[in-house]
Amino acid sequence: MDKRRAFDVTTLPGFTTIAILAFILLYAPIVTLVIYSFNGGNSVNQWGGFSLQWYAVAAQNEAVQDATARSLIIAVWASVISTTVATMAALGTTRRGKFKGQTMIYVIINQPLMVPEIVTAVSLLIFFSSVKVATGYSGLGYLILAHSAFCIPFAYLPIKARLEGMDTSMETAAADLYATPWQSFRYVTLPLLLPGVIAGAMLAFIISLDNVIITEFVKSAGQDTLPTYMLGQLRRALTPEVNAISTALLALTILILTLFVFVTKKRD
Amino acid sequence: MSRRHTPGRSKGVNGWLLSTPALILLLLAASGPLIIVAIYSVLEKGDYSGVRWILSGEGWFRVLFEKDIFDQTISLADANLSIFWRSFKLSIATTVITFAFGLPTAWFIATRPAKSRAFWLFLITIPFWTNLLIRTFAIMEVIRNQGILNTFLMHSGLISEPIQILYTDTAVLIGMTYVYLPLMVLPLYAAIDRFDFRLIEAGYDLYASRWQVLRGVILPIIKPGIIAGSILVFIPSLGAYVTPRVLGGGKNMMIGNFIELQFGQGQNWPLGAALSTVLLLVVLVSLLVYTRASSRDNPNG
Repeated sequence: MDKRRAFDVTTLPGFTTIAILAFILLYAPIVTLVIYSFNGGNSVNQWGGFSLQWYAVAAQNEAVQDATARSLIIAVWASVISTTVATMAALGTTRRGKFKGQTMIYVIINQPLMVPEIVTAVSLLIFFSSVKVATGYSGLGYLILAHSAFCIPFAYLPIKARLEGMDTSMETAAADLYATPWQSFRYVTLPLLLPGVIAGAMLAFIISLDNVIITEFVKSAGQDTLPTYMLGQLRRALTPEVNAISTALLALTILILTLFVFVTKKRD
Repeated sequence: MSRRHTPGRSKGVNGWLLSTPALILLLLAASGPLIIVAIYSVLEKGDYSGVRWILSGEGWFRVLFEKDIFDQTISLADANLSIFWRSFKLSIATTVITFAFGLPTAWFIATRPAKSRAFWLFLITIPFWTNLLIRTFAIMEVIRNQGILNTFLMHSGLISEPIQILYTDTAVLIGMTYVYLPLMVLPLYAAIDRFDFRLIEAGYDLYASRWQVLRGVILPIIKPGIIAGSILVFIPSLGAYVTPRVLGGGKNMMIGNFIELQFGQGQNWPLGAALSTVLLLVVLVSLLVYTRASSRDNPNG
């Protein structure tokens, strides 16, 4: 574009400076946290040389091991369940043309994104505490159910986006060639849709793994996940151990996001 | 194309049926319980926690008023009002500051060459998807008394004593601005990305100054993005729980913490439920304002 050369119309005074400043301010705290997780000293205040000791401390801490296992179990279940029902809902809302009540389905599916999480958390606390009394069951099921519901919009959006960008002529061709609806779904729609489904499952997994507020309110005694364990640690002094756990979670998030970008890009 | 060939139509399964599992799950563990909250807000509070199934306006009354234990005089609950005011003030301030940083950032990303744009956008998405708790910890590292900000200021001789930022309203404001900035940048970016830059050229051709171009051309056109970003920042700020709890240190409560208190030590579930309903209504009104504003300003979608 040659318009850039003479007088760059896209430049506004001070914008670039503020933008660079914003990026620095966004990353400086995270980078600090990561650096201090490798601190060899015993205090969070002084740098005592590079060391992995806090990772070792975290890894050997039984409470952290339990919380990690629990977080992963919940996140796997929640992403599988939410992605399955979200895929069905996405097929239902994009492949049937317009139908009555479609807007209402959109509203219900996206509701967890609109309602403040604290309100959802409180409502689940009230609801599940009655159910716990009535049934006597107080296992992980409540957390899995709550996370699955909360993750649905995050799984739904990338799947829907993929479906809307897909050419329907292949599916039409399959139908013309007398494929049964199941065959055309299994051999045509699903393979084409798969990147969207994987992307949706990844987002659901991250959202479940990171959830704090709903988990904090729904969990029964002794059901800490990694984030609620970290929040609980904060009542005492800030330890470098929390930095180490944070850094590990951060690395996992970046890994999944990079895969996400890779998966969603392949469509071109 | 004839209707007969619409894929999947022969299945005879309609959109509702396919959406049913998702809807059941959401009604069970997201939308449905909200109705229970509304019901609990008009019940009498139980002895320790929970409710008695007797209709009572006490929960709603206590949102704004308090009754003196001795002479039964009714007065405004100052403690509650100061929490509402703090929540509102901090949420508005967060929205304004994120906009001040967010607009230049979104503009910067949108005006990068197509190749590097994805990279800058990815840099915004990483904090967006990073655990809110981790980001709150990170900002705590920076602003606490022995944190890098105070250490830096003391080394440079600007101050002799560390400034107490942590556990103040300022800390909560810094924290919320930090964690919600990506929520402002992304919708602004989406709006600017669709922007036709020839309009700016036209503005300059007509002897507009840069400021006039910004105010008269750019801002009106990206207004839907501005509204979307503001709502996306304002709503979670108003309902914030983790950030004020960690950075406000329990004293500087916001509505979210106040609600939690009622279900914990406060043992007043009806009041907590009434407060939750208020928060929900505020969000509902904001969303209605948003849909109105965006459908009026942007008839082309």
